[in-house]
Amino acid sequence: MAVRDASEGLLSSVRRLRLLPVVLLLLGLLSIVDLGRRLATGELPVSTFATFLWDGVVFGMAVGLAGIGLAMTYSILQFANFAHGDYITAGAFTGWLAAFVVAGIGSFGLDALVLVSDTVPTGELGINVLATPVAILVGLVVASVTTAGLALALDRVVFRPMRGARGVALLIASVGVALALRHALIILFTGSTRSLTTDVPNQEVAVGQGGISIGAHEVTLVVIAALLMLGTHLLLRRTKLGTAMRAMADNRNLALVTGIPTEQVIRTTWLAGGALTGVAGFLIALEGGSMDPTFGWDLLLLVFSAVILGGIGSVYGAIVGGIVIGITSRLSQIWLPSELVLVGAFGVLVFMLLVRPQGLLGGVKTV
Amino acid sequence: MTPAPLERLLTALRTRLDAVRGLVGNRRVTDGGTVRSRASDLQVVAGLVLGLYVLFLVLSWFGGFQDAEALTSRLQSVTLLALVYVMLALALNLQWGYAGLLNLGVAGFAAVGVYTMALLSLPAEGLGLGLPLPVGMLGGFLAATLLGALAALPAIRLRADYLAIVTLAFSEIIRLLIRSRPATEFTIAGQTLGTGGTSSLDLPSNPVKRLLYQNPDQGAFIAVENPTVIGDPLFTAGEAVGFGPSLVERVVYTVILLFVALLFYWLLVRVGNSPFGRVLKAIREDELVASSLGKDTRRFKIIAFAVGCGLIALTGMLWQMRAGGSTAPATFEPELTFFVFVALILGGSGSNTGSVVGGIVFVALLLEAPSFIQRIVDTQFGVPSPPDTLFDALTGVDPFLGYMFADDNISALRFVVLGIVLVYLMQNRPEGLFGGRTEEASTVDLSERPDSTEAES
Repeated sequence: MAVRDASEGLLSSVRRLRLLPVVLLLLGLLSIVDLGRRLATGELPVSTFATFLWDGVVFGMAVGLAGIGLAMTYSILQFANFAHGDYITAGAFTGWLAAFVVAGIGSFGLDALVLVSDTVPTGELGINVLATPVAILVGLVVASVTTAGLALALDRVVFRPMRGARGVALLIASVGVALALRHALIILFTGSTRSLTTDVPNQEVAVGQGGISIGAHEVTLVVIAALLMLGTHLLLRRTKLGTAMRAMADNRNLALVTGIPTEQVIRTTWLAGGALTGVAGFLIALEGGSMDPTFGWDLLLLVFSAVILGGIGSVYGAIVGGIVIGITSRLSQIWLPSELVLVGAFGVLVFMLLVRPQGLLGGVKTV
Repeated sequence: MTPAPLERLLTALRTRLDAVRGLVGNRRVTDGGTVRSRASDLQVVAGLVLGLYVLFLVLSWFGGFQDAEALTSRLQSVTLLALVYVMLALALNLQWGYAGLLNLGVAGFAAVGVYTMALLSLPAEGLGLGLPLPVGMLGGFLAATLLGALAALPAIRLRADYLAIVTLAFSEIIRLLIRSRPATEFTIAGQTLGTGGTSSLDLPSNPVKRLLYQNPDQGAFIAVENPTVIGDPLFTAGEAVGFGPSLVERVVYTVILLFVALLFYWLLVRVGNSPFGRVLKAIREDELVASSLGKDTRRFKIIAFAVGCGLIALTGMLWQMRAGGSTAPATFEPELTFFVFVALILGGSGSNTGSVVGGIVFVALLLEAPSFIQRIVDTQFGVPSPPDTLFDALTGVDPFLGYMFADDNISALRFVVLGIVLVYLMQNRPEGLFGGRTEEASTVDLSERPDSTEAES
């Protein structure tokens, strides 16, 4: 009887959880008020705030771009792909392999270049977007092509034989793919962290008393990400393929009945999603200036946060969610010690799933 | 005439062979007459354990461990880890196998248990409150149970993959909090507490020491001079076969853990067969039907999830407290969760015997065997210096094999194999080695006709 009472209590508190949005809203308002106070009293210099904001936008664009592929596969194939983070890593490594080879061939041995290894001094290689634009461009193309190919190949081997399976079975299989892929990359490239780029000139922009510096690599990331997001939008809205993808996300059986070649749409989804993911990985490594074989996996939960925040299965939601997550995670440094920023972001994810699982954009599956 | 025990062992082996053939040939194991009874499950597990022990003795022998102490020590560490995974898989089976709740936060809930226990039971002049160990363990169990209920409470309304993401995020939040600077050492009401941050944290001295030594807090060399009534004959016996006191300690701990694992198994079989467990299985089969029959399915799921989390925490504590135990946040990375999942799915989720077999097979063949084999390659063939990179290994004179058997790469290779095994199982045998015998929700086997049971008896 006592157990029963206790569990009744638990259940009624489920109902009381509807209070959560209110509490969340209050917390949000409170932090805005506090932010205003800090800015007004000069406790937080305006330039620091602007730096956090700019960092947040850059990071948010990266996460948003990385999230598009995840949202696409989620809406078309109805499963959360836990290998997505390692697709990001794979894109970064293959892309940087190409960039290193293009930038360093002739002056360095192929063995060191192919492994993107630290035995090639990055200072002498001198890769940055202004000095070696060709290497960067080749890297971008290679990253997108190989990641798309990888996604397609893994679909062929792993996910296609399981087409009819439940989402959870696919999820567990994707965990297997994630483990295998990540450690295959470690075997291929060794597990060390490597630096990639040399410093690139910054543009100082005066804000308030101080200023913020906007780096060329950050601008590259934001511009390319924005262009690709626009491209995705056009693909979904203006092409027949995009319409087919949206139809499939909406109602798979109906799509089949109307004669949409679903297998082909799935293939294209993997291709487009994989290419975007590879580019995102390459750009994140470019902006960060270094990478290691686990950085994609470490990003995965953040990308999930973004996708869920925007409404899982919605590409626009992924973009919006990415930017929101990026900005909030950087701005939360005002209140939280930097090592707890990730905790804050994951906290947003958990809260969002509990309070509004359909996401900010209301769960409309726009693909 | 074949003697009866041998015949039984042969039957057991044949069953295993059938299971393996079923795995390879992608078809279900056909249950021959006696296969279903519990006695034969026991035989299978016993046969399996025996076979694996022989395998590991051979592997250790060729790996250069040829005296009794070294051999026993190697077998002991494998056994302990296998028991831990068996217990974790059993607890996860309650959540995933019975109730169908995908918990990707195993590592986090284990961490909650271990660190709560440490906070409660570490000496008061250190980082803890100085409470007795049983209180600490109870505290760890309750903390994980409560947290599990809290995580499941709202998430249970959501789809299975949402629960997976929530629990994974939960587990990462816990790990990041434990290793964060504010949690490393803090003071509440004049009492210094802490998690030790990223570095390892020494846990309270394990209860086995109290069983064996009169003064367990003294250094091992002094303490062994004053053994208890139980400790004395054990140390003498150990000395007779050449075992040092620390090995005796570890063997005793492993034996105790074996009994705890048996208790776990018994408990979970009881739970599975109880009305509570039957409702859980019914929910897994068809939640709508279960709730139509008037069962408050949400309540059942929350309780199963919370209890599972508590059992995971308990296992975590017993694991981390193994002789001279210390713990670190790095132990509780999400990999641990995936390991337990591979173990459970390998054995067959939904079956307690499957969990046991899965835990044993996983630890023996996937987790531990690679490093044993690596050692053999090292000692027998003596790869002088493995090439640094795969490029050197493939193009240079250095052997490719040497590269693959370097320390870092063998562990990475193990993960690759694990991933492939997981994908293979999900594709071809999602019910696992033992999944064919998923326990029915009803008390009697509905597929079995009365006349056939008569014919058997």
